[in-house]
Amino acid sequence: MSPIVEMRELRKSFGAVDVLKGVTFDVERGQVAAIIGQSGSGKSTALRCIDHLEKINGGELTVCGHALHTDKPDLAALRKDVGIVFQGYNLFPHLTVGQNITMAPKLVHRRSRKEADEIGREMIAKVGLADRWDYYPEQLSGGQQQRVAIARSLAMQPKLMLFDEVTSALDPKLTGEVLRVMEKLASEGMTMILVTHEMQFARNVADKVIYMRDGRVHEMGGPEILSQPSTPELADFVNEEF
Amino acid sequence: MAPGDGAGRHTEERVNYTFDFGAILQHSDLLLDGAWTTLVLAFWATISGFLMGTLCAVGATSGPRWLRAILIGYVEVARNTPLLIQSYFLIFGLASAGVRLPIMVGAVIALVVNVTAYTAEVMRAGIESVRKGQLEAAECLGLSRFQIFMNIILRPAMERVYPSLASLFVLLMLGSSVLSAVGVEELFGTSNRVQSLTYRNFETFIVLGGFYLALTVLMRFVFWALGLVLFPRQRKLGTAL
Repeated sequence: MSPIVEMRELRKSFGAVDVLKGVTFDVERGQVAAIIGQSGSGKSTALRCIDHLEKINGGELTVCGHALHTDKPDLAALRKDVGIVFQGYNLFPHLTVGQNITMAPKLVHRRSRKEADEIGREMIAKVGLADRWDYYPEQLSGGQQQRVAIARSLAMQPKLMLFDEVTSALDPKLTGEVLRVMEKLASEGMTMILVTHEMQFARNVADKVIYMRDGRVHEMGGPEILSQPSTPELADFVNEEF
Repeated sequence: MAPGDGAGRHTEERVNYTFDFGAILQHSDLLLDGAWTTLVLAFWATISGFLMGTLCAVGATSGPRWLRAILIGYVEVARNTPLLIQSYFLIFGLASAGVRLPIMVGAVIALVVNVTAYTAEVMRAGIESVRKGQLEAAECLGLSRFQIFMNIILRPAMERVYPSLASLFVLLMLGSSVLSAVGVEELFGTSNRVQSLTYRNFETFIVLGGFYLALTVLMRFVFWALGLVLFPRQRKLGTAL
């Protein structure tokens, strides 16, 4: 079976600045891949390209069978297969938790209110916030908002989940509650790609670690590369982060 | 003290003014007719001003460049010329060019042209206040551009600018009094007739002020109640978005 994400020599620049200078990696079905690296290494940009939030300038990228390097990629189909969670949660402030979660299933999957509610309740329970269904985002802590954002993505039943530094805005306690939800998802077999600074989490949960540096993949391998890096740059990076 | 009693006569005359509201109230049906016309004007101008102003705001924020230029030009002209001149233009100006609009139609159009421009500016501010991350999140959930606009942009934008919009529409109602100058029989116009029928200027102005105050209170109440229905988040939390 072909990989869920196939990235070949991916290039992306913002004006004159080359952010991705030929990035190549695969992510297989059921894998958890962690992209790590310094700020400015291009890791978030690479992740955003996977959901076509950034238009790519060169190379090839196929996600869940949808080619994104063509002139007119089928974005509607792509977004049905891929879910993404952002650093800033991006919950819709004027909607309750329940409405945040059920909106897309109703509007995009054309589910009835009852069906959408069933899926939504299942997902909110999965992230441990069943009792917050009728709350508004501003009544929740950052960690809770992030878990709602995860539930909102899950309700679309994606094949691939992307996490863009989802715990960077949270204190250690709230980080822990979000990571536990992600760990549970991983153990259920969800294919996940995460950009993260949580080295401990990457080592415990990831099947594949991708170390990016200066717009390229500098070192890639199983989680053991975090303990035994083969390049001095990754060794330095790991020393700083732990 | 009768007038003409020597020194201090001028002062005493002013003090001696006796109010007579009875004469005004005899013509209360005229004033009520006028108030009704004012309300009808305000109602249509509010509804169409809101709809068209919102469309203009959408065009001015996400339309093609030529459309943006046209809309911004219109908004600037309509906001920077007096309503009185706009209504003269539409009713008398067009009439000399051979296009005769019924006075009420011309008046409503003038009001709509005016209030649409203000609404467009206010709604534009609301639309621009929606953060980019919200749009990305909605886009990634697979919503279409139209769905994003209706569900993610318009509602929070309206919730944010609702108090300004409500004030705008109340001001519009008060400002519609200048339309008496083109012959619209609205509240101010009918009060002029009551004055000339009764010669009771002072009382007429007092009663007129009371009428406008009542209309304002009525409109504010309607907007408040509408806000409760439209914005359940605000109803529950009592905070601004």
